[in-house]
Amino acid sequence: MTDMTSRPDRGGEQPSRPPAVQTSVPPIPEQAGVQTSAPSVPAQAGAERTPDLPEVVRPAPADVPPPVADPVADDGPAPKPDRAQYGVCAFLALVGGLVILDATTRIGHAVSSADPIGPKPVPILLGVLLLIVAAIYAVDVARGGTGEPEAGEDVDLSSPIDWRTVLLLIGAFLVNAVLIERLGWVISGTLLFWGSAFALGNRHYVRNLLIAVALSLITFYAFAIGLGVNLPAGVLQGIL
Amino acid sequence: MDNLNNLLDGFANVLTPMNLLFALLGVTIGTAVGVLPGIGPAMTVALLLPVTYGMEPAQAFIMFAGIFYGGMYGGSTTSILLNTPGESSSVVTAIEGNKMAKSGRAAQALATAAIGSFVAGTIATVLLVVVISPMVSFAISLGSPDYFALMLLAFVAVTAVLGASRVRGFASLLLGLIIGVIGVDQTGQQRLTLGIPQLVDGIDVVVVAVAIFAVGEALWIAAHLRRRAAEVIPVGRPWMGKQDWKRSWKPWLRGTAYGFPFGAVPAGGAEIPTFLSYVTEKKLSKHPEEFGRGAIEGVAGPEAANNASAAGTLVPMLALGLPTNATAAVMLAAFQQYGIQPGPLLFTRESSLVWTLIASLFIGNLLLLVLNLPLAPAWARLLRIPRPYLYAGIIFFASMGAYAVNAQPFDLFLLLTLGLLGFGMRRFGLPILPLIVGVILGPLAELHGRRSLQLSGGELHGLIGGWVSWLIYAAILVVLVWPLIGRFVVRPLRGRLVTG
Repeated sequence: MTDMTSRPDRGGEQPSRPPAVQTSVPPIPEQAGVQTSAPSVPAQAGAERTPDLPEVVRPAPADVPPPVADPVADDGPAPKPDRAQYGVCAFLALVGGLVILDATTRIGHAVSSADPIGPKPVPILLGVLLLIVAAIYAVDVARGGTGEPEAGEDVDLSSPIDWRTVLLLIGAFLVNAVLIERLGWVISGTLLFWGSAFALGNRHYVRNLLIAVALSLITFYAFAIGLGVNLPAGVLQGIL
Repeated sequence: MDNLNNLLDGFANVLTPMNLLFALLGVTIGTAVGVLPGIGPAMTVALLLPVTYGMEPAQAFIMFAGIFYGGMYGGSTTSILLNTPGESSSVVTAIEGNKMAKSGRAAQALATAAIGSFVAGTIATVLLVVVISPMVSFAISLGSPDYFALMLLAFVAVTAVLGASRVRGFASLLLGLIIGVIGVDQTGQQRLTLGIPQLVDGIDVVVVAVAIFAVGEALWIAAHLRRRAAEVIPVGRPWMGKQDWKRSWKPWLRGTAYGFPFGAVPAGGAEIPTFLSYVTEKKLSKHPEEFGRGAIEGVAGPEAANNASAAGTLVPMLALGLPTNATAAVMLAAFQQYGIQPGPLLFTRESSLVWTLIASLFIGNLLLLVLNLPLAPAWARLLRIPRPYLYAGIIFFASMGAYAVNAQPFDLFLLLTLGLLGFGMRRFGLPILPLIVGVILGPLAELHGRRSLQLSGGELHGLIGGWVSWLIYAAILVVLVWPLIGRFVVRPLRGRLVTG
């Protein structure tokens, strides 16, 4: 099967996810709500920018291409190329280079008669292969290839990526990671759930707090005390 | 007959009140979590891993069997009652299932899916019992070069056969292999640890699985969350009339026949058999005009194929240690969590454990049927869960599970980093499965490869073992050049036939 060349994430006519095999299977009808909301998308699409993400997964300099005029019905014969994909190629090449660098400079020489290969060749091979794949990927992108963003039950691909929600979720996640040892799972987990619910747009602050506290307490008692799973009690040590 | 005795022993192990309780618990939470929109079977197993941390391996596996089938069944409920299917294997079920539900036949659609899953799961598990012993004795005869070739085949197959774009598949596979390299090598050398002490032991597969499946997915959905949740079709207790039974039983059996073999070979997957089953039923049906408008055969066949293929994936997973779909990959990670490496030796070393697992597959399947027919309305209510709570809950449980593996906050940062990788992969259409398979099998492949070369003193001919490895390399070659054959041989030939 060749690559999808349509851009379901750019609004306009949204094709449903095709079954894995070329088929005569009738497409799954889109929800009425999705289609009616689609035309309003391109106006906001240009305004979204990729903020700085941790280095490992910076998908691309900008997730959506620059705000060039993007007519709604451009999903026809010549869709706009998804240039952000070059960022993926760069990322792959960077990883490949790092792996080779690590293998050639940091890994010691440990060849013995019992192990004539040693620890070096495999990472070097993987790094070289990754560089090759990055190059082929770039050629594919240049020839108009696009990856198909993943669909799902609650995924509305006609809307642009909502970076505010994603960043708030990452924030809640980091708060938990930093505080879990100091304050303990019950408090940090409460903050995590409450923060995530807030990030996802729920504004019942008090109700969410009650749910979050209940969830954290239940999981702490069930897992840490009941099943002996490692969860820190933190400052509440002795109280719980 | 040895097998039968082993299996009976396995049943004896499961049929204690305590263990039955674990089986019931596994089936219930497996279904409950699997029903939730946005959570597929693989994520269900990944999220529920920590539940089993404190348990004995036997009890944990009894529960896993329940979670495995429960998650599968829950997924099909979602795709019938909601408009959009969650994973590619239930795309076909959703086509007719959702149409049936819309025309007021949700109860029958759910019933044929539940009973079909039970029939297919049971037959497929019987086939598993029959096939597994020859498979194991074959696997024991293989040497390191053969294993190395087999793993290469698994890599190439999950990358090149499944998924739309090969280059994206290979990118994903290589990233997974590189993640697998991180840590101390067998010679004691640190590789790719970047000087971080927590990376010396390598990255836990569970953390990778939870990050890619749960965190990556939650972030991706959050980025594109439907502001108006999809409509849920209300449903009563599932039942089928006489006519429905008559139209369902043959598709169940045919679906099973498609599903099991595809699941059992590396890289069969569930997409192809479910699709084949759909096409077959459409062709054989006495009511072809109903297809596309809610034909019960179009739910019964693909759903059976889907379940049979899931049971089929357990054959290479248990006998060879090769995971061929995402759920099997996560199950394998769960095994490794207990220090158990699936493969032929598993059957000699942990015989009682494996047969307990297989016996609990039968029991879990039966419990599922008993549980699901009356509980379907309750599961349908779960579909209405407010989405902020659902995805906040996923992140909450993912964090808890990842932290609990090693009790170090570092794993949470790792979880986020890999979760963002999963997010980026979903954005750019890089398939997830090759990465997970790469992480799990990469270190093993390197081990077998290096062991093979040890005998030949580093010469590459050491990688060629007996006839098995020749056969496997031939298979790899066919998989790799298949598109070229398609382009240069099949198409011109067909063209000549048409014009001449």
